[in-house]
Amino acid sequence: MPDATGLELIAQRVREAVGEEAVTGTSFHREQATVQVAPERVHDVLAHLREADEPWEHLMSVHGCDYLPEEPRLAVHYQLLSMERCDRLNVKTRLGAEDPHVPTVVDLFPTADFQEREVYDMFGIVFDGHPDMRRILMPEDYSGFPQRRDFPMGGEPVLYTFNEGKYPRWYE
Amino acid sequence: MEVTRTRVDDLRVRQLRAQQMLRGELAGKDLDEYVEERLLFTTIETAQNWARKNAIFPLGFGLACCAIEMITVIGSPRNDLARFGAEAIRFTPRQADLLILSGRVSIKMAPVIRRLYDQMLEPKWVIAMGACSSSAGMFNNYAVVQGADKFLPVDVYVPGCPPRPEALIYGIMKLQDKIMGSQDMGWRERYGAVGTEETVA
Repeated sequence: MPDATGLELIAQRVREAVGEEAVTGTSFHREQATVQVAPERVHDVLAHLREADEPWEHLMSVHGCDYLPEEPRLAVHYQLLSMERCDRLNVKTRLGAEDPHVPTVVDLFPTADFQEREVYDMFGIVFDGHPDMRRILMPEDYSGFPQRRDFPMGGEPVLYTFNEGKYPRWYE
Repeated sequence: MEVTRTRVDDLRVRQLRAQQMLRGELAGKDLDEYVEERLLFTTIETAQNWARKNAIFPLGFGLACCAIEMITVIGSPRNDLARFGAEAIRFTPRQADLLILSGRVSIKMAPVIRRLYDQMLEPKWVIAMGACSSSAGMFNNYAVVQGADKFLPVDVYVPGCPPRPEALIYGIMKLQDKIMGSQDMGWRERYGAVGTEETVA
């Protein structure tokens, strides 16, 4: 991981190359360096980081996250790895739950194909320009995005002594 | 030594008796005794069920971690399911007559399992192996069917996570008891499936 100073330098270089508005902030927490990016500029930032002087050529993971009750709620995390320098960098973008859209990075990192589909499946974040934006884990006709925090747990109510009264005639 | 001598003598006597019988030399009391010794009375249903229970062909089909346990029960010489006539795994539902649901049934897998079940020929049986396929176990969530009996009739539930091999063998023996007794315990009536029998013409 770059240290806090290195992270600021990287963020500054991204700002110079991609645009001032692309980077919305940085965070250095528990040795994890994260560049926060505006959702519509994700592709540009990752394209720059992939081709930069010190490139992060490998995308390890794309995953979604729901920060309810924070606003904006949803986030997409990209974890980059440089095999050569043994260095890692997180790129994170935050977006609201209403009709979230992020540009795809499949053209930069083909490995993002299935992972973006999974993020779409679980959080409903649409990746614009993705070659095959379908559900990947849940059935095709499933409605709702189950990993969102306001999605009901599903399953069946479990009977404990404390909620016995809630289910009248449970013994039938 | 004495015992061996007696058995050999007994066998010789029986052989001679059979020889006489074939030559038509037995008559009267001897003939009655001979026939009574060799006849067994039963009904055709019992004989049929006896044959069925001793030749259960499980479908080669696993769902999750219980499948590993199921393979060691059905496939391994240590547990030797051949003792109960259920070791011949069939990898097509057309030839199998026992479906062991070994693992959690996700809602995406449920239609596939139902299709396999529908493709099996009558008579067919289902064992729900482990907590997950019986009642979803710890997966009380959006992705897992809350008990496989929501979409197909289950004959035997084997508890455990996973069940010990002895437990699954006990479940198969329970199924054998069931086959010898009432064939379906009236599941067609309970599930409203009268008239869906599929048999070889």
